[in-house]
Amino acid sequence: MEKFEKQVLKLFSVSGISDDYLHNQLIINTMKKYKFLFLLLGFLFSANLFAQQNVTEEIAMADQLRADGKIWVVVAVISIIFAGIILFLINMERKVSKLEKQLKK
Amino acid sequence: MKNNWWKILAVVLLTYTIYFGLMGEVPRRAILNESIRNLYFHVPMWFSMIGLLSVSVWNAVKYLRTNDLHYDLRTVEFTNVSILLGLLGCATGAVWARVTWGDWWPNDPKLNSVAISMLMYFAYLVLRGSFEDPQKRARISAVYNILAFAVFIPLIFVLPRLTDSLHPGNGGNPAFSQYDLNSQMRMIFYPAVVGWGLLGGWIATLRVRIRAVERHMEDKA
Repeated sequence: MEKFEKQVLKLFSVSGISDDYLHNQLIINTMKKYKFLFLLLGFLFSANLFAQQNVTEEIAMADQLRADGKIWVVVAVISIIFAGIILFLINMERKVSKLEKQLKK
Repeated sequence: MKNNWWKILAVVLLTYTIYFGLMGEVPRRAILNESIRNLYFHVPMWFSMIGLLSVSVWNAVKYLRTNDLHYDLRTVEFTNVSILLGLLGCATGAVWARVTWGDWWPNDPKLNSVAISMLMYFAYLVLRGSFEDPQKRARISAVYNILAFAVFIPLIFVLPRLTDSLHPGNGGNPAFSQYDLNSQMRMIFYPAVVGWGLLGGWIATLRVRIRAVERHMEDKA
């Protein structure tokens, strides 16, 4: 523990955190007192940072299709089919309405 | 326009669904990839089917209470369109399953419940074909329709949730609850359900009107 403390103090002074001996000792004592808690927090914050970003970018989507602009072909095809179905239905509507009007007379 | 506004609404909602269904942002998920967009097409088939079947049951009840054959006409045509929607739902689901689950029809409780339900409704059509007298046909098939619906709903909603399932919403998988569905997808999904439901209703009401006209002409002849 003595050696570890010496190394921590050296780290503090080298990194510019603080040269003040008493202040550094206070920090080290706090760390000792709450070492279990710090260990737990260390686990909590250590794993999350890069996992999300990389995995999301690695999932294959139709990015190339969109970049090429070919997605518009898909939209056009489906829209044309849909328009065809709707026109058919409108046609049916007209025919049935005409028949209903005739029968009403 | 007073009677047809909902048809125009259906076209608008479905155009919106198709455009944003393909161009809108979706969450990037492993295994699903872009097929997550199928949510806007496969799922509304089933919701529309259930909606139309409810209308069908309502009309069956009305027939049993009044013996007016026009209600029977509505019952059968709404059931017909529901069966079509169910078949489309099965087909789109099978294609989606092949790509994501690796099998066209895995041995899954939800899928098997759906298969049983489709068989029930095919039996309804066969039942109707076996009667000559319109009133008898209407009465028996109305009762069958109500019973089939009463079995259909627990079979596809309750039973799969009691056990393990691959299908979203069952067996502990996430589905449509507040925290499970991405909010951007929700903005396209809700209009899609309404749009497809209205389209199914449009097709059903057209069929009803055509049959009514046919019957009218038969009566006159």
